[in-house]
Amino acid sequence: MKLAEIARTLEATVITGADKLDLDILRCGASDLMSDILAGVAEGSLLLTGLATLQTIRTASIAGIGAVVFVRGKVPSAEVVELADAHGLPLVSTPCSMFVSCGRLHACQLKGLNGNR
Amino acid sequence: MEDAMGGLQKSFFIKARDFVHAGEASIRVQQLLKTMDFDPQLIRRVAVCSYEGEMNVVMHGGDGRLDMDLNREGLTLEISDEGPGIPDIELAMQPGFSTASDEQRELGFGAGMGLPNMKKNADSIAIESLPGQGTRVRMQFFLSAGGG
Repeated sequence: MKLAEIARTLEATVITGADKLDLDILRCGASDLMSDILAGVAEGSLLLTGLATLQTIRTASIAGIGAVVFVRGKVPSAEVVELADAHGLPLVSTPCSMFVSCGRLHACQLKGLNGNR
Repeated sequence: MEDAMGGLQKSFFIKARDFVHAGEASIRVQQLLKTMDFDPQLIRRVAVCSYEGEMNVVMHGGDGRLDMDLNREGLTLEISDEGPGIPDIELAMQPGFSTASDEQRELGFGAGMGLPNMKKNADSIAIESLPGQGTRVRMQFFLSAGGG
């Protein structure tokens, strides 16, 4: 599923990485706990989170996350966006809750980080 | 710096409670390894261990340091701090055990998975800690064939 489709499905605003909307995403993880993300195999996956901190970006980079969706309308600070830019990490923000975001993407055939559906 | 045997050592300072810069040392280790011909899975395991260890120092440890030593035998990460130490290492290794503050939990840490994640991803891990004197975590990674 292309990142552009994901953004459309979640009625999300693209914060940065508009040049990467062609990115193909197969798996998705949803968590506000950074260790959960680090424990999974996340290479190229989508991360749904309500945490818009610098550590979210660094955790995503360490884990190899492909793109981040901030749920519940969270908008990151300029410092967070700048760091994501430096790491080439696309960010989008959706007004949907975590639950609704997960539901919509699961219905679009996205898999979990471990490949399960 | 690179020595005659082709080894590589890097050291980074880790500042306690500095959440603005927390994780930067591990990002630099990851970026450095990516410039070399290593298995991406190995780089991922090293980066996760480094990052979890670095965050532990920032959250609990007082000031500390991250030392990376890469040679023909393998890669060693040593993360040491001058913090309060870990009174019961066995307990700290249990998934879910955490002494993180509410503030740290709000930042997405304190799930009690740091040390278990490190143990899972390193080929070997040794933890030395004395209450009041600090903690030293040493992790080793074997280099896969063709890497390095």
